[in-house]
Amino acid sequence: MNFLRKQLDKVKPYTEKSKFLHTAYDAFETLLFTPKTVTTGLGTHIRDGLDLKRTMVSVVIALQLCLLFGIFNIGHQHFAAFGMYEGYTDGLLYKLLYGLLQILPLIVVVHVVGLGIEFYFASKKGHGVEEGFLVSGMLIPLIMPPDVPLWMVAISVVFAVIIAKEAFGGTGMNILNIALTARVFVFFAYPTYISGDNVWVSFDYNFLHQIFGLHHLTAGNMANVVDGFSGATPLALAAKGGWEAVVQKYSVSQMFWGDIPGSIGEMCKPAIIAGALMLIVTGIGSWQIMVSMIAGLLFMGMVFNGYASSVPEASPFLAVPFYYHLIMGSFLFAMAYMATDPVTAAQTQTGKWIYGFSIGVMGMIVRVLNPAYPEGWMLAILFMNVFAPLIDHFVIQANIKRRLKRSHA
Amino acid sequence: MANIKLKKGLDIKIKGKPQNETLPLNSRTYALTASDFIGLSPIPKLLVNIGDEVKAGTPLFFDKKNPDILYVSPVSGEVVEIRRAAKRAIDEVVILADNKMTYLPLERIRISSASREEVVKHLQATGCWPFFRQRPFNIIAHPNETPRDIFISGFDTAPLAPDLNYVLEGQKDDFQAGVEVLRKLTKGKVHLSVNGAVPSSKTYTEIKGIELHTVTGPHPAGCVGVQIHHIAPINKGDVVWTISPQDVLALGRVFNHGQYNTERLVAVAGTCIKKPAYYKTYIGASIESLVADNLTDEHVRFISGNVLSGKKVARNEHLGFYHQQLSVIEEGDKYEFLGWLLPSYPRPSLSRTFTGFLSPSKEYNVNTNTHGEHRAMVLTGAYEDVTPMDILPMQLLKAILANDLDMMEGLGIYEVVEEDFALCEFVCPSKTDVQHILREGLDIMQEQS
Repeated sequence: MNFLRKQLDKVKPYTEKSKFLHTAYDAFETLLFTPKTVTTGLGTHIRDGLDLKRTMVSVVIALQLCLLFGIFNIGHQHFAAFGMYEGYTDGLLYKLLYGLLQILPLIVVVHVVGLGIEFYFASKKGHGVEEGFLVSGMLIPLIMPPDVPLWMVAISVVFAVIIAKEAFGGTGMNILNIALTARVFVFFAYPTYISGDNVWVSFDYNFLHQIFGLHHLTAGNMANVVDGFSGATPLALAAKGGWEAVVQKYSVSQMFWGDIPGSIGEMCKPAIIAGALMLIVTGIGSWQIMVSMIAGLLFMGMVFNGYASSVPEASPFLAVPFYYHLIMGSFLFAMAYMATDPVTAAQTQTGKWIYGFSIGVMGMIVRVLNPAYPEGWMLAILFMNVFAPLIDHFVIQANIKRRLKRSHA
Repeated sequence: MANIKLKKGLDIKIKGKPQNETLPLNSRTYALTASDFIGLSPIPKLLVNIGDEVKAGTPLFFDKKNPDILYVSPVSGEVVEIRRAAKRAIDEVVILADNKMTYLPLERIRISSASREEVVKHLQATGCWPFFRQRPFNIIAHPNETPRDIFISGFDTAPLAPDLNYVLEGQKDDFQAGVEVLRKLTKGKVHLSVNGAVPSSKTYTEIKGIELHTVTGPHPAGCVGVQIHHIAPINKGDVVWTISPQDVLALGRVFNHGQYNTERLVAVAGTCIKKPAYYKTYIGASIESLVADNLTDEHVRFISGNVLSGKKVARNEHLGFYHQQLSVIEEGDKYEFLGWLLPSYPRPSLSRTFTGFLSPSKEYNVNTNTHGEHRAMVLTGAYEDVTPMDILPMQLLKAILANDLDMMEGLGIYEVVEEDFALCEFVCPSKTDVQHILREGLDIMQEQS
């Protein structure tokens, strides 16, 4: 370590010449070595071991199981589409290799583009590089369809980081969740690449696959896809034919374990639950938001079920048993990693309960009642991101009023 | 009498807790530090010169704004140095103690028959007045105000804090006399809070004329501001006073014995102290005498007070007027390879991202490293987890940063002082200087009022 330290100290003077180099140097130096700065002596003399780097990286670690399963599932769905390796462990290495090579370019592009912009803005402002993008950079690949074109992701990251984050002042100041802003950009700018039945399975081969010769395994073109294969997601099926249509194709355990088509990281429920528990135990993620969001979903699900049972001609989607909504689509992922973003969520404790519950209700309304697209968490969370300051405003006013009332009593 | 149970907060466990053992201390020098008194003008009027002989209780200086409040010498001896800070502000008046300890004879007045005016005058003249601090703002109490109530916190929950049950053992008479004085000063009540988790000293439980409350919970349950919030909160326009138990003893002695006798136990504790214990001394003992032959390391930080809200002092300086604890911890000016990800030694944390949370009674070797860089505020909810009051800490701080006076008032700035928010500063993942911001807000509000 001393060697590394010496090298860093040697390079340091050269980086003082340009702002950008200095920022970049500072970012890498503090990544490798926690600085030797001590408390000033004016405030507390000791500090918590937790800093923003560790906070953010805890979320990244909590996402690793989702990533791992995502890698497997990309490969699994890919080969299933061609009728190969249908058992889970058949061709496991091929599946993992295919998935890894599919997602790796995505992760690299997101980080290069996103961190590049972060470094630029940090050097402009003369700040250190804030760590917030570490989480966004991991989340964005996981919420994309596996076959999404890289240039599209690059543009969406540019949009999200500049418009949603830097324009508001950077980490800690943004109103909208960065990862969801990137996704919503793709959703509105290139809807055919992120909705429909054909985008949730990766068919194509990129140059990395070709280097490893994976395309020879399936002679891959769309014509070879097995008869009757459909990449429809459970939600798409439910929107058309209700719960019966879903169970014809997928079993409950499949939806739970996640070996079905969908966004890369959002499928495997046990992986998400493990990550969510880690966030709750470490105290990084707000359990209040998670619990209230589940309550909101169940409440609205029951309302829909009640309506469907009294009005027989209602859409069959309304009659899907409310508890199954928990394992369909991206609800759990959105709950654990998106809604709990401390910057864009409501900031007050009471506000968090209202915020989470409202997302649960709103997300269900968009999911079930929206005729165009059967999923709602992205839009519901962004919508409530915008309303979070209003919720906080009322909570703050209530606190002020309590204090005023006390003084008049 | 209230029975208050608090859940939020954090007890930071640090190695080197003071053991229940009292050692005598012969400090060569003592000092009265002018900068300890918030609201005192930077250059008070000196009443002594270098070389003057003083007794315990001899006035050393006063503030031209309030010339009746005298600041007096804690010991007898010779004035040897007047240390100045920037812009000639007076920092310390240093007294070389003689071994005799002679007291300036004080006029004896009977508390029971004296009027409030007489008592106030007597307290100002004898040097006891600075013991009282006024909320809001934590400034020296204003003699023209009558406080709504007076609050005493009977225990200290800060890291390495002295066990006040031990400190006050067997001092019932002086404490009772002090409480009688307090009762003269307020039309309201004298509130004393004791730790509900452990049996309290008889000095507390057998005292008459007070409202006794029990408070249970992690730090900051022992902070008097938190206790006031739950017992009888400070509303706009209210003025309350606070005083620490050892200062109540000193008050009592002035009336019982006619002497300005600030004898007290001071805890010397911390990771770099060989033998953490209590020392019997007076206000303003020298750091050098407290740590001589008692350090395990030379590269350390001396903190007058506790590690959360105390003041950094040099080895040749002295303990602060309001401090009854010297904490000594290691300076942490070392690089740590991947310290944020793979910490090379255990460290305390509110979050459970370190394995330490599995053994809650573990005591830590702390140092002064910031464990990370300063960042923009991120609302992780950590502040709220260590604020056991109906106060929104983050919003209050943001109101201060935005200089929004109405909002500061509405969100309860009158109810808090730095020590109440010290844990917020400790837990802040963005390493924000919370106490500094709060003091700025308090200063702004004080200017306005």
